[in-house]
Amino acid sequence: MQEYFSTMFAEKGFFHLQGLVFAFLCVGAIMWFSYKVMVPLFKHKLHGSAFAIVIALILAWAAGMLVGPTGKKGIGDIAMFSGMALMGGAMFRDFAIMSTAYGADLRELKKAGLGGFLAMVIGTAMAFYIGAAVAWLYGYTDAVSMATIGAGAVTFIVGPVTGAALKASSDVVALSIAAGVIKSVLVMVVTPMIAKMIGLNNPGAAIVFGGAMGTTSGVAAGLAATDARLVPYGAMVATFYTGFGCLVCPSILYFTLKIFFG
Amino acid sequence: MLINGLAIMAACMLAGTFLGDMLGLMLGLKGANVGGVGFAMLFLILVTNKLKDKKLFSKAAESGVLFWSSFYIPVVVAMAAIQNVQAALKGGMAALLAGVLGTVFCFLLVKPLSSLGGKQEPLPQFAE
Repeated sequence: MQEYFSTMFAEKGFFHLQGLVFAFLCVGAIMWFSYKVMVPLFKHKLHGSAFAIVIALILAWAAGMLVGPTGKKGIGDIAMFSGMALMGGAMFRDFAIMSTAYGADLRELKKAGLGGFLAMVIGTAMAFYIGAAVAWLYGYTDAVSMATIGAGAVTFIVGPVTGAALKASSDVVALSIAAGVIKSVLVMVVTPMIAKMIGLNNPGAAIVFGGAMGTTSGVAAGLAATDARLVPYGAMVATFYTGFGCLVCPSILYFTLKIFFG
Repeated sequence: MLINGLAIMAACMLAGTFLGDMLGLMLGLKGANVGGVGFAMLFLILVTNKLKDKKLFSKAAESGVLFWSSFYIPVVVAMAAIQNVQAALKGGMAALLAGVLGTVFCFLLVKPLSSLGGKQEPLPQFAE
């Protein structure tokens, strides 16, 4: 009996074994707090989901502080919250993103297809070269390091994929992952605030947005916090972005840097 | 039946992800999935439209799909809670600048590029 209670919060304990169910309760609590407390507090200027995402990010940060340098999955590294890693993991995320396509307007997709594609090409190249330029400013002047950090500014998956292909050093790969995570977090938090300014209020703009930003998690969360009806349009393009980045960053884009920086 | 809706979703998801994996392999990208979820979404739109036309997509099946699409925001909140925020902060100024500048300039792309598709009407206001 005593052992049952003393191991309740530990690995293989009560909360760990009920992981996913407990995650439903945790997310429910975060969302309830966001909608019922934060939204009125901020005079209904932002969606409840925007607060919920920011609170979740703060919890991820706090969990990282608690767990230390071995932590990689935010709150999911703590045994009793491991269900969050399942609920927020790639499988559930992709299944839920995909379900939002139900009821999406195929005509809208066709109409903005070209804009979305252009946004993806320009967005990838722009993030890549800006990241590479910043790398150069900070003393990473060889083409391999510049390309790896630039690819990190594309997404946090493209960074290490490019780094591995070009045999970049591990500290450069770590930098590229950090740049990508910053981008994804920034897109989650900033999108609802600037949506009006960049005209992000219709399916066509959401498609371009998905192509320009690309980070699936950032786009998914950013649009959810802006207007959930835009999610399918942005998400559909964003799912091509990482693959596209993995294709062009270690090849074409890297060669363009190699010409000038050897 | 509700499960039929989920089964159709699952079939689309598996088919799309498989296609994305194949595309990744053919392009020589080890372990990269190219557009898997995007293909799955297209399949879901096409299949459900066909089934609805033939009156084969029941209300119950639809509610299975709609459950998942409203479950999407909670999943995203859980996803935010498992991000490696420490890694983002540990990268220092170089990573911060690369991430922030890369993001800000891409935000600026949205307006000019979306005007390519002609003028778009904003979605109607809706009550939450």
